[in-house]
Amino acid sequence: MRFTTSTMDLMPLQASQPFDPSKYRYTGPNVQPRQLPNTRSQAPITTGTSVIGLQFDGGVMIAADKLGSYGSLARYQNIGRLMRVNDHVILGCTGDYADFQFLRDIIDQKMIDEECLDDGIVTRAPALHCWLTRVLYNRRSRFDPLWTTFVVGGLDDDGKPFLGFVDKLGTAYTAPQIVSGMGGHLATPLLREKMDGQPPLSEAAARELLIRCMTVCYYRDCRAFSKFQIATLKAGSIKIEDDLEVKGDWEVAHFSKEHA
Amino acid sequence: MHFVVAGVSCVYGELAYDLSASQFSPDGRVFQVEYAQKAVENSGTVIGLRGKDGVVFAVEKIITSKLFEQSTNKRIFTVDRHVGLAVAGLIADARALAETARTEASNYRADYSAPIPVRHLADRLGMYLHAYTLYSFVRPFGCSVMMAAYGEDGPELFMADPSGVHFGYYGCSIGKARQSAKTEIEKLKTSELTCAELIKEAAKIIYVIHDEVKDKEFELELSWVGEHTGGRHQLVPKDVHEAAERYAKAALEEDSDSDEAM
Repeated sequence: MRFTTSTMDLMPLQASQPFDPSKYRYTGPNVQPRQLPNTRSQAPITTGTSVIGLQFDGGVMIAADKLGSYGSLARYQNIGRLMRVNDHVILGCTGDYADFQFLRDIIDQKMIDEECLDDGIVTRAPALHCWLTRVLYNRRSRFDPLWTTFVVGGLDDDGKPFLGFVDKLGTAYTAPQIVSGMGGHLATPLLREKMDGQPPLSEAAARELLIRCMTVCYYRDCRAFSKFQIATLKAGSIKIEDDLEVKGDWEVAHFSKEHA
Repeated sequence: MHFVVAGVSCVYGELAYDLSASQFSPDGRVFQVEYAQKAVENSGTVIGLRGKDGVVFAVEKIITSKLFEQSTNKRIFTVDRHVGLAVAGLIADARALAETARTEASNYRADYSAPIPVRHLADRLGMYLHAYTLYSFVRPFGCSVMMAAYGEDGPELFMADPSGVHFGYYGCSIGKARQSAKTEIEKLKTSELTCAELIKEAAKIIYVIHDEVKDKEFELELSWVGEHTGGRHQLVPKDVHEAAERYAKAALEEDSDSDEAM
């Protein structure tokens, strides 16, 4: 293998012969220059649809259905997309389920490490929201995103309800109502209508509104499912209800000839 | 083995068999490891008691300065959620070891989606400690660690020393007063006592073996893991700690009273 030619070769002793470029070609292995940055073509595989979150007087509530879609196939019908992070934070995830499981295990380990330190410092919702934003933004900047959207809920350091959104691009914001996925188009107007300019909802009213939004999403989102979970966080307690189902009113079916 | 034939180790030390852990002495000892064990012997006593429904740790944390904040420099660590680690010896070495243990537990969880069984952790830490006794460019860890957990196999207690040797125990003591502590432990039938009872006995043993003359101030650290904590390792709650200390002090006075009566 010759990587270089010595200067002597460029000046053959028989100077009278014409310069022959073919003698000086690179003869080493065929190496392509590295394409920067490393890109991985990505599409999500098993996905979860909307996560709906809202604040109420004294806490936050997040709901998500229990479906893992494989494209248009409703494949896994009993998966949890809500997570209790620690005593102060809950979150829900839309998008690729494997990416959610990956981050969930990392977050779990972070919480174990924190408990081991036992120094009185706990991760609250704004901190976890910030951390997730940094992780997702850095992944997108390497063209290797975690194809997920998170809704993070809890109480902030002053004890006020906090709800944050982070998507696969690292776009993050906080609001009194956060919806990810298709529900962002379907449920957000319903939530804002009831909450904008009003005093904070009571827990019962919030729950009712959330169930109404889950119902509308089930009617209109083709990748939604009737079984869902609700996670409620108030000062000092977290409750995850697991066996809820949208019953729905299908009387409208009779309007069509086939179901008369 | 902690006997030192008077003068022999010094003689061999002069012949430089004790300068590196990669050398045996002519009588088959690795002096660096023995010196590391001496570091453990100079530290405050730690005892572990394995009972019916859990394991209890008690540490005699000798306070070398009145200026220290209370409860600083803890000698009991938690690895993952369910394993307690109590240490004697060089505290900086012990902290590094605790971090290693936490990494082991984290890797086990990532691989097997389950909390690390404490006997497996004891094996791993024992191997890790042993690795540092093989080479001349590192020194052995100057600390012994006790590990405890409560799980499917009931309560378990292990101890690993600087040589890497580790055993399972029903009752174990390390540190300066370990011989007297061992005598006290042998008086108890630990496998018949619950954690609630053992925590008081452990506190009492620490108070009994504490040398008032040589080390004046000490802080008592107590922790437990058992059925009543749901398998989680934790420092005992404040009220339990205070009750245990009261029991220990009262028992001490009783002993000294009975001594006077004799």
